[in-house]
Amino acid sequence: MSAGHDRPLLQVEGLGKSYGARVGCVDVSFDLYPGEVLAVVGESGSGKSTLLSVLSTQLAPSAGAVRYRMRDGVLRDMFALAEAERRFLMRTDWGFVHQDPRQGLRMGVSAGANVGERLMAVGERHYGRIRDTAADWLGRVEIDADRIDDQPRAFSGGMRQRLQIARNLVTHPRLVFMDEPTGGLDVSVQARLLDLLRGLVADLGLAVIIVTHDLAVARLLSHRIMVMRQGRVIETGLTDQVLDDPREPYTQLLVSSVLQV
Amino acid sequence: MNAPMTAGYNFAYLDEQTKRMIRRAILKAIAIPGYQVPFASREMPMPYGWGTGGVQVTAAVIGEHDVLKVIDQGSDDTTNAVSIRKFFARTAGVATTTSTADATVIQTRHRIPEAPLTEDQILVYQVPIPEPLRFLEPRETETRTMHALEEYGLMHVKLYEDIARHGHIATTYAYPVKVNGRYLMDASPTPKFDNPKMHLSPALQLFGAGREKRIYALPPYTQVVSLDFEDHPFEVNRFDKPCALCAAHGVYLDEVVLDDRGGRMFVCSDTDFCETRRAEGHRGEMLADTPADGGAA
Repeated sequence: MSAGHDRPLLQVEGLGKSYGARVGCVDVSFDLYPGEVLAVVGESGSGKSTLLSVLSTQLAPSAGAVRYRMRDGVLRDMFALAEAERRFLMRTDWGFVHQDPRQGLRMGVSAGANVGERLMAVGERHYGRIRDTAADWLGRVEIDADRIDDQPRAFSGGMRQRLQIARNLVTHPRLVFMDEPTGGLDVSVQARLLDLLRGLVADLGLAVIIVTHDLAVARLLSHRIMVMRQGRVIETGLTDQVLDDPREPYTQLLVSSVLQV
Repeated sequence: MNAPMTAGYNFAYLDEQTKRMIRRAILKAIAIPGYQVPFASREMPMPYGWGTGGVQVTAAVIGEHDVLKVIDQGSDDTTNAVSIRKFFARTAGVATTTSTADATVIQTRHRIPEAPLTEDQILVYQVPIPEPLRFLEPRETETRTMHALEEYGLMHVKLYEDIARHGHIATTYAYPVKVNGRYLMDASPTPKFDNPKMHLSPALQLFGAGREKRIYALPPYTQVVSLDFEDHPFEVNRFDKPCALCAAHGVYLDEVVLDDRGGRMFVCSDTDFCETRRAEGHRGEMLADTPADGGAA
């Protein structure tokens, strides 16, 4: 492994979030290394979305800590950062791909502006350069260059999702959170998106935390997997290992519930 | 020449406590140039959109020796200007004028007078929507955070859209500015032609938004920079011809349709400026065709 890859990018320790008496997630701990893809699976209501919200600092945790290794190599507590630093991190070094692209895109502005927004947010003030970069990224997510001035409203679901991915990756983040990125897409579009994601993740050496209830998505994209149930992590391990040889009865149930065609 | 005050009203319509409240907001606004200060906007005897914010600011700063000028799109004689002028003549008994040079307080809807302002003058703007980020970010909580953290990249997204769609920055009014290197500010719907006049202006500039309950300000000699891109710099509107009545160059012109056969003329939007020039003997090419009183518009 190259230098720096032996130190975790994200360190999560005893993380918990409760909504009053109701439990979101409890005692989640793991390390995520640069370039690693971690899938969080479980049925709906198992706490995976809550976990993702807390990890991405959109919700404050009730217990535990999330530490992230900044570009200067120092591991810092995310919830001790000032809001300005945290927001800056979110739009430069991090990405967040929502299940519903309407949440992650600005539907009222063109595809080019959607991709260029992060560049402008970090101070790019040259229209020509912003546009060139946007065009380049649209190409990388397989959107035709002549759609650069169209609004996402005019895009299909799959295109919107790819646009959302381009918008997130334009600042070369090191960590991307994905919440059911293939949800709501039909199977052939899903397959293409997964293909694309797999390529981008490998090319850019992205670390990804992907929440999904679709075990096939986890199988294709992730190196490691975490199975959640009732807010707790009940099994973790290498993806292939866990899916081929599940230990926990619940994981066995989950794996056997997948339809074999 | 002060007008007789109508009995039964406090000076300048608002009660003294309300005026103190507004003055406190104004002082805070002056202390933090470009920052939108919330204030307890009152119901005024006019509909929202007619200058309820500007009227409250004017009421709070005007004194009995002030001379008031009110303009609407540069003009002294349109409904909005005439009624607000009358309002203060009756409720404050102050002298009114149409001459920019004679006025000490100028309330304006969407123009800055062409004649240079001085340190002894206050310019009060009527503002419909004070938040420049509003159309891109509808959440007030979010826009406030963006102001607090100086996250203004979003404003450039709008300018980007303009260029992508029109080939140039097509925003011609309410053009966003950065004040004193810090706050992003909506210049109210003045044409961008007037933006450079805000920069380092000797006059105090106050902005009042009645419906949105916000006051903001530019103290005299404040830096006001219009946003742009390196490869698409800020430019003001240009006109091919001078004013048809007073032959002035480099002023903001209104297009006036003359008939239904395509006849039109371009005249100064600032009526006082145009009249002053004509009185000085400047003659535009269409001056002879119009009635002697100069009532072209």
